[in-house]
Amino acid sequence: MLGDGILKGMAETAKNFFLSYVSKERLTTVEYPEHRIPTVENARVFPFLVYDGADWEAGLRCVACQICEKECPPKCIYIEKSTDKKPDFVGKQQFYPARFDIDVSVCMSCQICVEVCPFEAIKMDTEFELATDDRFGGLLEDRQKLAKSNEYYHSIHPTEATEVDARLAEEKAKAEAKAKAAADAAAKATAEASAAKAADAPDHAQPTPKPTAEGGS
Amino acid sequence: MAANLDQIFILLRDWLVGFLPAALRPATGVVLGVIAIVCVFPGLFALTTVFERKGLGRIQNRIGPNRVGPFGLFQPVADGIKSLTKEDVVPLSANAAVHFLAPLVLVVAVFMEFAVLPIGRNMVLVDMDAGLLFFFAMGAATELSVFMAGWSSRNKYSLLGAMRAVAQMISYEVVLLLSSVAVVMISGSLSLPKIVAAQDQFTNGFPHWYIFTPWGLAGFLIYAIAATAETNRSPFDLPEGESELVAGYHTEYSGFKFALFFLGEYLAMFSISGLGTTLFLGGWSAPFSFLTWVPSWIWFFGKVMLSIFVFIWLRGTLPRLRQDQLMNFAWKFVLPFTLLNLMVTALWRFMGEGWQRWVVCTVILVAAYVVMGRLEMRREHFGPRSYRYAE
Repeated sequence: MLGDGILKGMAETAKNFFLSYVSKERLTTVEYPEHRIPTVENARVFPFLVYDGADWEAGLRCVACQICEKECPPKCIYIEKSTDKKPDFVGKQQFYPARFDIDVSVCMSCQICVEVCPFEAIKMDTEFELATDDRFGGLLEDRQKLAKSNEYYHSIHPTEATEVDARLAEEKAKAEAKAKAAADAAAKATAEASAAKAADAPDHAQPTPKPTAEGGS
Repeated sequence: MAANLDQIFILLRDWLVGFLPAALRPATGVVLGVIAIVCVFPGLFALTTVFERKGLGRIQNRIGPNRVGPFGLFQPVADGIKSLTKEDVVPLSANAAVHFLAPLVLVVAVFMEFAVLPIGRNMVLVDMDAGLLFFFAMGAATELSVFMAGWSSRNKYSLLGAMRAVAQMISYEVVLLLSSVAVVMISGSLSLPKIVAAQDQFTNGFPHWYIFTPWGLAGFLIYAIAATAETNRSPFDLPEGESELVAGYHTEYSGFKFALFFLGEYLAMFSISGLGTTLFLGGWSAPFSFLTWVPSWIWFFGKVMLSIFVFIWLRGTLPRLRQDQLMNFAWKFVLPFTLLNLMVTALWRFMGEGWQRWVVCTVILVAAYVVMGRLEMRREHFGPRSYRYAE
C-alpha cells in the first residue's frame, strides 16, 4: 500500500519522542561539561614527552635525535639539541632537548612521532580540552608543558605503558649485562696481563684468582 | 463572561480606539490589529524555533537545547542577539539592491497573508470577499522573493536552490489551489470568515468540519502535502538542501537578513497552517459542542500549533526527496488525485443529503488511491542502474 512506510516511520519517531521523556536509557548523549564519558584507552589527541623519576628535566627520555621532527607531516615539532650530554636511563651519555616545542594548532594527531621514536620518549595524550584564549603563546607547548611523568602515562594508557616499561627494563638489563661482560672481559684481560707479568717475574706474589662467575648471556 | 473572554481583544481594541475622535477610529483599529499580528506571530516563531529543536532532539533521543534560561526557553533571545550583531556580508558581485530586497519581500508578503486569516470569532483584520484569492496571491509573492535571493546572490548554490524552489513551489501551488477549490465549491464563498462560519455548526455534538467528509479528508491530506512543499519543509526541503547546496537560496545571506529569511519561512508555515485550519479543520470553531465556551482564538492557535507539531514530526521522520521524485509525485500522483477529488466534491454537492453520497464518494476515493498507489509502486522502472559513459 502506498504510504504505509511513512506511517511506520512516523510511529517509530513518535515512540522515540514520547519514550525519551520516560526512560533515561534512551538518551544517548551526555550533558558534557557536567557529565563526561571516561576516555577510552586507545584515545589519542596530542603528543607529550615522558619522563622517569621525580624531576622532569633530568628524567626526560628524549635524546633530541630529531627523528620525530623530521617525520612530522605538518612540521609542528621544533627541537634544539643541547650542547652538553647527560646520562640516559641506562647510564649512557646522551644529548637532551634544550628546546622542544609542539604547535597544538598545527598538530594533526597522526601519532607518527610516537611510532618513529626509538626511545619511547614521546607518547599520545588523551587530554582534549586544549582551548585557550591566547592563540599564539597558548597554543605553542614547550618542553616543560609537554613533559608528563611515566605514572601519568600509566594512568591513561595502562596496557601500552606496561609493555613499554617491560621493554625498557629488558633493554636496561641487556645493557647492564653487556656492560658487566665488558667489565669482566676487561678485568680478565688485566688479570691475564698481570698473570703473564707474574710469569715473567716469578718472584712476584700470587696471581690474582680468575673470576668465577661469568656474566649472563 | 465566556463571551467577553472570547471577544476580549476586540473589546480591548474598541476601548482603546474610543479615546480618539470618530474620524480616526477605523484607521487606528486596523493599525492596532496590524500591531497585534506583527507582535504575536514573530513571538510564536521564536517559541517554535526552540520547540522544534527540542522536539527534533527528542525524536533522535537527545535532550535538545537546555542552556539558555529555564529549559532553554531563552534560546531565541540569544539567537536574535547573535544574528543582530553579526556582520552583514554582501558578495562583491551580487546585485546589492535585489539582494537587499529579497528578504523584505518575503517577510512583507507573508505578513500580508495574515490579514485575511480569521484568528477568532470576529477577529479578522480585513474581511475580504475574495480572501482566499488574496491569500494565494500573496503566497505566490514568496516565490518571487526566493528567486530574487537566489538570482541576486550570484552564487551557483543559491541559483540552484532558487531554481529548485521555483520549480517545486509552482508545481505544488497548483495542487494547493485545487485542493482548496473543493472547499469553495461546498461553502460557496471565497471569504474565509464565511467558510469558518459554515463549519461552525454541530450535529449530535460533533462539528461540521470539512475534514470529516470523504472529499474533505482527501483534500486535507493533499493540502498538507502541498503546504509542506510550499513552505520548503522536509521532506521537500530541496531548495535549502543543506547537504547538497550549502543552504540553497540563502547561502549568501548572513546576520539579520538571514534571520529575516528564517522568520519568513516560519511565518509562511504559520499562515499556511492557519489557512489549512480555516479550510478543513473548522478554523476557530470548537471540536465539540460542549466546548464552545472556550475562547475561539484558543482553538485557532491550538490547531495551528498542532499542525506545526506535525510539520516538525515529519521533518524528524522523512528523508529528503530527489528532484525527479518530487516532480513525478506532484504531477503524476497528487495533481490527478486532486482533480478527481474536485469531481468527487461536485458529486457530493449534487447528490444531496443522505448516506448514499458517503458510500459513493468514499468508494471512489479509496479505489482511486489504491489503484494509483499500485501504479506508482510498480517497480518495473527500477533495476540495476546503467551508466552511459562511466563504465
